[in-house]
Amino acid sequence: MHDFNYHRPTKAADAQKLIKKHKDGALMSGGMTLVPTMKQRLAAPSDIIDLTGLGNSGVKVLKTKVTVHAGTTHAEVATDKDLKKAIPSLCALAGGIGDPHVRNCGTIGGSIANNDPAADYPAALVALDATVVTSKRKLSADKFFKGMFETALSRDEIVMAVEFPIPDKSGYAKFPNPASRYAMVGVYVADHGKGNVRVAVTGAGAGVFRQKAMEKALSADFSANAVSGIATKADDLNEDIHASAEYRAHLVGVMAKRAVAGAK
Amino acid sequence: MPTVSMKVNGDTVSGEVEGRTLLVEFLRDTLGLTGTHVGCDTSQCGACVVHVDGKAVKACTALALACEGQSVTTIEGLAKNGALHPMQEAFRENHGLQCGFCTPGMIMSAVDIVKRNGKKVKEATIRAELDGNICRCTGYHNIVKAIQDGASKM
Repeated sequence: MHDFNYHRPTKAADAQKLIKKHKDGALMSGGMTLVPTMKQRLAAPSDIIDLTGLGNSGVKVLKTKVTVHAGTTHAEVATDKDLKKAIPSLCALAGGIGDPHVRNCGTIGGSIANNDPAADYPAALVALDATVVTSKRKLSADKFFKGMFETALSRDEIVMAVEFPIPDKSGYAKFPNPASRYAMVGVYVADHGKGNVRVAVTGAGAGVFRQKAMEKALSADFSANAVSGIATKADDLNEDIHASAEYRAHLVGVMAKRAVAGAK
Repeated sequence: MPTVSMKVNGDTVSGEVEGRTLLVEFLRDTLGLTGTHVGCDTSQCGACVVHVDGKAVKACTALALACEGQSVTTIEGLAKNGALHPMQEAFRENHGLQCGFCTPGMIMSAVDIVKRNGKKVKEATIRAELDGNICRCTGYHNIVKAIQDGASKM
């Protein structure tokens, strides 16, 4: 790992000043992706601005929405008692990321800012129609995620929180890579009521995407049977040593069914 | 060079580090606490697990400077007054190791698993919770047995 200057500001405004000043610097939250990336010398920032000093963590459940602060770890999301009642699938998703040690450090803000194409959270944000609150603005999950490792964030913009509307029902199912636990394919379904169902797929493509044919079918009938026979095109899907594009396309259907069947 | 201070196994320690110095390097190279091992160095094997402010983390993926002011417990900090911790004793009793390289991380994870899941933690839970610890010798069977045994005595 190349050396860098380490900063641990305690105020968001100071963090923003630091990242503005250090053009080759990087923001770090839990560091569960960034530190391994630096160790492999795939990243060599001049400065690390560690956001854990901000103390920006915690989950707040209101009547119709949930706010998860950006620095909340996966372990905290997985075990939050109020959140378990409001959006149980979100707790289950967080409890399935990496391993216990990674979940003790990795954060929701870091995960979505990194936007790994096989990360779990992007599927949750898109299916739950979440709003990302940054140091500069609010934007919908649909607009936030751009493509492989890309988001709408500007270089000096910091994710502060994610707001989730509470759905009637939601579920998440993933086929994890047995070594990394990243999603080979993960499908998040959310029934928001009044015929508004959203289906988001992670791991299969260059980034999270919505499966609109499934959304339409589930809007009419929210049951596992409703997605039977709805194919996902393999054309643009990922292909690697773990799975072919066709296999991933098939898994989208299987995971969607499981997600609907397990929805609470 | 920046200086870092933290509590390690109850003692206040400090030392000069670089920004890039990992917690495990600080523990092993600066403090000479070589019980914490580095297996894969890619946050997968869990041989480097320590507790930071009561939470199990991989010391190969934590920056030393990020632990400023925090309280770290390593495998060396488990035994009290010359008596092994019940989990260490259970690993010995149940032969929960072969080469022993992964053992420090296994035991630190085991203590954390019991803390979060209670003394009556089920076998299936232990197996799932060992996701982040790799052993290439034992096939895990005796490790799981040791953790169940240690849990009941903690």
